[in-house]
Amino acid sequence: MATTTEVRPQEPLHGPKPPGTGRDRPVGGFELWTWLFMRISGLVLLILAVGHVLIMHVLDEGVDRVNFAFIQLRWASPFWKAWDWLMLVLALLHGVNGLRMITLDYIRPHGARLAVNTFFAVLGAALMALGTIIVVTFDPTQWPAP
Amino acid sequence: MSVEGDRKGRLGPLYKGHEGQYSWLLHRVTGVAIILFLFAHVVDTAVVGWGPDAYNRVASVYHNPFVRLLELGLVAAVLYHSINGVRITLIDFFPRLTRHARGLGIATVLLFVAAMIPITWIMGTAIIDLLREG
Repeated sequence: MATTTEVRPQEPLHGPKPPGTGRDRPVGGFELWTWLFMRISGLVLLILAVGHVLIMHVLDEGVDRVNFAFIQLRWASPFWKAWDWLMLVLALLHGVNGLRMITLDYIRPHGARLAVNTFFAVLGAALMALGTIIVVTFDPTQWPAP
Repeated sequence: MSVEGDRKGRLGPLYKGHEGQYSWLLHRVTGVAIILFLFAHVVDTAVVGWGPDAYNRVASVYHNPFVRLLELGLVAAVLYHSINGVRITLIDFFPRLTRHARGLGIATVLLFVAAMIPITWIMGTAIIDLLREG
């Protein structure tokens, strides 16, 4: 394995690419890490988020049976607490970075783009903190049994 | 206007990727829809910390046929974004698969439609039941 970052040869913007050489990707640094994170977290979320959506919204009466008693039972299990917390963190990071990628295309002025990205980053961080506090501190025995 | 004409760049910085441009657009639109819902969903779920009365009042929002239609749309968005994301990841991790880009694109759509048929049936009948209750 090469120890230095391989820099791909510059290719013309609209020229044909040799077949089978794939799409462009970042060559290094922060952009390469976020590029990799989007794909890895996407694969993990394929299990976590699709599983969540099927369990909570489709199967076995779906959202009709979701109420406080249901959460009380569900979050008595460390497994589901861990599932929901990991999904919270990965989905927020994946989504906020996705929004950042979109601002690269549609918001050209540097200051405006920075302002929008900062807004979503702060919102994401605040929601991650709120969700973490709720998942960690929720004690099913604190409330009357269903 | 011929496709060749478009491809010479007369339309400026437009994506000219045939079917690929629609999957690219759908990936974006579903992604934005999901993250905007997620921002609200974290807050509504956090209400469980305030006990049964507060949370059950929030959960009762779902007892509404229109909200349930949005819910079906959310499930479709998550599924499409996931399946298409796997296609993108496969092509990016194994660049030789670009030779099969068309087949993978067709497989993505088929898989999504195949999954949505039973899901639409299950969620759709629940919505109709809700409408009958009035």
